[in-house]
Amino acid sequence: MNIEKVVFAFFIVLSATLNFGFVYGEIDNPAHHDVYELFASVVVNIVAMVLKFGDRTQVGAVHLATSIVAVLQLIAASIAWAWFAHIHGSGIDAAGISTVVSLSAGALLANIVSLVLLVSETLALRR
Amino acid sequence: MKSSAIFIALRRLRAPIVVLVLVYALGVLGFVLIPGVDADGKPWHMDIFHAFYVISYTATTIGFGELPYAFTDAQRLWTILVIYLSVFGWTYALGSLLALGRDRPFQQALHTQRFARGVHSIAEPFYLVCGYGETGGLVCAALDRAGLRVVVLEQDPARLAELDLQDFRSKPYGLVADVRSTDALRKAGLEHKRLAGVLALTNDDEANLKVAIAVRLLNPEVPVLARVRNKAVAANMASFGTDHIINPFTVFGEYLSLLLRAPRVYRLLDRLIGSAASPEPKARPLPRGHWIVCGYGRFGREVVACFDREGLDVTIIEPDPKRAANRTALPGTGTEADQLHSAGIESAVGIVAGTDDDVDNLSIAVTAREIRPEIYLVVRQNEQSNTPLFAALGADFTVVSRAIVSEHAVALVRTPRLECFIDRVISNEAAGEAAMTRLEAAVGSRKVTTWRTGVHHGAAPAIERALDRGQQITVEHLLREPGDRTTSLHAIALMLFRGEDEILLPPPGMPLAAGDDVLFAGTAGARERQRMILADDNVRDYVVLGRDIPGGWVWQRFGPKSTPLPERPVAQDGGSGNTAS
Repeated sequence: MNIEKVVFAFFIVLSATLNFGFVYGEIDNPAHHDVYELFASVVVNIVAMVLKFGDRTQVGAVHLATSIVAVLQLIAASIAWAWFAHIHGSGIDAAGISTVVSLSAGALLANIVSLVLLVSETLALRR
Repeated sequence: MKSSAIFIALRRLRAPIVVLVLVYALGVLGFVLIPGVDADGKPWHMDIFHAFYVISYTATTIGFGELPYAFTDAQRLWTILVIYLSVFGWTYALGSLLALGRDRPFQQALHTQRFARGVHSIAEPFYLVCGYGETGGLVCAALDRAGLRVVVLEQDPARLAELDLQDFRSKPYGLVADVRSTDALRKAGLEHKRLAGVLALTNDDEANLKVAIAVRLLNPEVPVLARVRNKAVAANMASFGTDHIINPFTVFGEYLSLLLRAPRVYRLLDRLIGSAASPEPKARPLPRGHWIVCGYGRFGREVVACFDREGLDVTIIEPDPKRAANRTALPGTGTEADQLHSAGIESAVGIVAGTDDDVDNLSIAVTAREIRPEIYLVVRQNEQSNTPLFAALGADFTVVSRAIVSEHAVALVRTPRLECFIDRVISNEAAGEAAMTRLEAAVGSRKVTTWRTGVHHGAAPAIERALDRGQQITVEHLLREPGDRTTSLHAIALMLFRGEDEILLPPPGMPLAAGDDVLFAGTAGARERQRMILADDNVRDYVVLGRDIPGGWVWQRFGPKSTPLPERPVAQDGGSGNTAS
């Protein structure tokens, strides 16, 4: 067992699970989506992205690309949330929360790709 | 994937960035969880947006104050923690970034990347020089003076640093790398389509061999020139078609033979290859008689072989009896008068100081001259730094093997066909003498350069068009002055290549055919003037036919139609001294 691999897999899986936890629920119901989970999701995704820096393999490049996509989507979701909650003046209503959730749902897709890569890579090693 | 600087940078900065992200996240979390009060004293929780705002200006030490409401003491306590944590995080990140800039592997990666990108973007023909030793340095300087682009690979960083100190017209791209590495050769443009030639000039025969093989396999079109000292390696290189192999000792053996048999041919080669600026010969003819050779290494063996061929009487002085296995040799270095006396210096006409130690060679030369002031001195110089000593000695012939290699390398790279001419002239001395006579008549004591003029593939468009029309163009036409067709350029034709045929010293009246290659020798100015004849139809018509045709389209169309002058008889050589043989 390699501690580096554990940390790596931990952050990839955690970023996907947190992302999923935030997206899960009715898309236009603010009560189903916790903003702190979005915050945790952003932080863990950024850490996962940084951990993928500097891998020169082809798989490593795809890993990094999916993480960049996820981080960009989540940051867009956070900005949207800040916009609706503080700047727009309407507070988090059904329309606002749907925008935030759909943006983070996109990030979830990227995180799933990342998970698939992780699993298939592990299976290919066969040990 | 290729190694690039960005990957190293990302890898090194991974930990600092993670630390920074975690510090920010922790700070935000703290502010969100710790209860505060709003302006009216009612309990209030900071949301993530405002927490991130506070952290952003606190962590970057901007410090706007306590927003949006004044903090409680709990929040202030947390702020203190955040300030120290974030200062640590930023210091760590910036420190890592600065350390990265000074990191040797990172700098090396950056430099390699810049080198590869620079080489990749070269848009003109260039030469790859492997080994920037003393020979490589001389070759690079000469190629640069000739306006040719150079890329350099060298193993020793100290040697390559010289590249920055030298003055170049266009600074060569240089990389510290082992030339035996195919990857380094690739980065240096081995597969570049503008690569015009590879010169393997390291001190190591094996490395040169490796380069020659790599070029043959990876880019067979490109000519390779290799320097060797070992005959077995030279034979190996020849076996897979290395274009030019220069063994300085073999070349010197040929020079010695020529100096004995045909000094004027030696002088011709010296002028064509050495691009000697001085009209003075470098060496006077060798006297025949008894010779003493000190040092029987690779150099000494070539010299003795040459003297044997010429039937001269030779005495060898060599300290290592094993080296002189098949010859009788006097033991010693030759630096002492006794040894020279026992070698018969009183009756000797010449002495060769050919050990691989400069001090010994100088000592031999000085001792020999003291005993016999009129003796012919051939001295081998090994180190460039000893040049002033050898200049002060003023031997009849000072042999510098790196000068031989670099002169040959530059001449052969610039004019690849020259090697054919040299080989022919060495075996055919009468032709060499004739060529020297022509050269002296046409060029006098001016500086000589050589070039090839090809009448094919659009290299000489005006001439090719004329030949297509069936017009007769002779070799001599290309040697007329474009400004005044009755005078001649300071140049001669050395050789004409037509298919498989090689015509040594083509007669002036010889008609050219499409596809011919002509090797010329003359002044650099003559070469420029000849280019005008090759490129411009009007200049060609003036030179060949004596017609002065109006240049512009309007005048060609509506101007008076001049009738061509009768062709100047070819035999009329009186006005052009260059063709007198």
